[in-house]
Amino acid sequence: MTATTAVEPGTAAPSAAPPRRSRAALLTTGLAVALVLSALLAAGVGAYRIPTGDILASAGHRLGLGGHPLGRVPESVLWNVRLPRVVLALLVGASLGCAGALMQGMFGNPLAEPGVIGVSSGGAVGAVGCIVLGLDSLGSWTVTVFAFATGLLTVFAVYAMSRSGGRTEVVTLVLTGVAVNAFCGALIGVFLFTADSAAINQVTFWQLGSLSQATWGKVLGVLPFALVGLVVAPLHARKLDLLALGERPARHLGVDVERMRLVLITVVALLTAAAVAVSGIIGFVGLVVPHLLRMAAGPGHRFLLPGSALGGALVLVAGDLAARTLAQPAELPLGVLTALIGSPFFFWLLRRTRTKQGGWA
Amino acid sequence: MRPRTRQIPERPSLGEELLSAKAVRLTLGGRELLSGADVSVRSGEVLALLGPNGAGKSTLLSVLAGDLPPAAGTVLLRGRPLASYGTAELALHRALLPQSSALSFPFEVGEVVRMGRAPWAGTAAAAQDGPAVAEAMAATDCARFAGRPFTALSGGERARVALARVLAQRTPLLLLDEPTAALDLRHQELVLRVARERAAAGDAVVVVLHDLSLAAAYADRVVLLADGATVADGPVAGVLRGPLLSEVYGHPVEVLAHPRTGSPLVLPVRG
Repeated sequence: MTATTAVEPGTAAPSAAPPRRSRAALLTTGLAVALVLSALLAAGVGAYRIPTGDILASAGHRLGLGGHPLGRVPESVLWNVRLPRVVLALLVGASLGCAGALMQGMFGNPLAEPGVIGVSSGGAVGAVGCIVLGLDSLGSWTVTVFAFATGLLTVFAVYAMSRSGGRTEVVTLVLTGVAVNAFCGALIGVFLFTADSAAINQVTFWQLGSLSQATWGKVLGVLPFALVGLVVAPLHARKLDLLALGERPARHLGVDVERMRLVLITVVALLTAAAVAVSGIIGFVGLVVPHLLRMAAGPGHRFLLPGSALGGALVLVAGDLAARTLAQPAELPLGVLTALIGSPFFFWLLRRTRTKQGGWA
Repeated sequence: MRPRTRQIPERPSLGEELLSAKAVRLTLGGRELLSGADVSVRSGEVLALLGPNGAGKSTLLSVLAGDLPPAAGTVLLRGRPLASYGTAELALHRALLPQSSALSFPFEVGEVVRMGRAPWAGTAAAAQDGPAVAEAMAATDCARFAGRPFTALSGGERARVALARVLAQRTPLLLLDEPTAALDLRHQELVLRVARERAAAGDAVVVVLHDLSLAAAYADRVVLLADGATVADGPVAGVLRGPLLSEVYGHPVEVLAHPRTGSPLVLPVRG
């Protein structure tokens, strides 16, 4: 045989078509449609109702596709209040969902989630410290930037601490998460101890997680990180599949495991830290969404990564709609809502995984 | 990821020395695991790597696979230092079957075997993905459960699927670490027959075995390791001798000729 050369494209075409693949296509379509519908619904529903037809007309007008502008009030409600919030929910949800799927794939464990291993609480330390110490060197962006930086730092710290001898064990990972969460909780406690009541109020509100402070500015702040993450992550889908065999077999199949890990941990850090920075702590989305999708359409990451982004976006858009309409005129914190639903699910997941494995390794 | 250009390696000619390791030494965690191991394998042969527990067989296999850089000694793959190969390039030359196979997520058996084709993605050889997977699954007798999740299989079934994945990689060098350990009698024979077939087709196969009679029946050549060093290297009849094996294994061993075929039967002396 003679030597030939060939070009490797970013994604290789799958040649077999097991039933899982058609289910994945169906799910993707379903999720996308549901996302568009729930976004339209969320943009219209609220104290000031805007009919869907008007939303489309106004959007069409702004995009130069016909349609017509609305009155001064509905136009302002739609574009300055509702849409930034819907778009922010979408971006934060997509980021959390995708980061969760990446994390689980990278650690080869369905229980790994940015929140579980302390990224959110790390971000919270930065935000709380910033609020309590009254830092405002970066104006209204100070809290966001601090939360982002400490969240990022925490990801790398946990990553470094939970590895030994080139491997990451489940128990080490979860215990590292416990330790990091406890430590962050203590730091937050120290800040609160020294805080006045106004600051405590603000901290509490921030920690509960909410999108009520959404602005186009925040949308633009998250957008680059979400975009980078959502573009880079699927490029590694095939390699993440191989990683399920273990690090050594993956390497034998040509995957530069260490390099991939470093790239992906950075992507996870950017995605989650940016999400936490603008929305506070919204847990369990990154845990539950990829897991449900894996059960529905198999563990292949080519579907799981974009699917989890779509699913996360859907959950947060719908969740935020519920959060601000269920207890009208008051507003439930979104983080409380996701935790209320997510934590029993997490518990069930733990039990199920444990039963299947017959214990923790 | 940028598109990369990759060279599909040429098939080795029959009898070409594919891999050779000389005077390999390796210390891990203060323990000297290899202290002068020599081994080489040519295309077209099945080489059995034998030795008692802790002799360094798996460690040597890791060195040959490029997982562990040796502290001293040379390892050449097709005449080039092993360390000069990149991860992706190496995957086109050698495949390794680990002692045990785990999977983090419930991929289907067919998907797992297909993972063996990953190194060839984007090369001209990717056109053979389908046939390679089908052939590997047929050879290891696991086409029957292609649609089942790997995590739902028995130990023996997992071992065969793992072997199928390695076969599907279609590399000229195969390193098999105890491929028969979890298997029943029929599948042990099947696996070694597959190894023979691959050798007959021009591949080089290194297989770690504990069953010496099995090695005697299927190997062209045997390398015997003890305490991290090669103590014997040669054809079956030359190495599998009672006195040598008794000394290396620390237990009296006798080698008999099969009454019908004449092939050596290695038995521990009992009672």
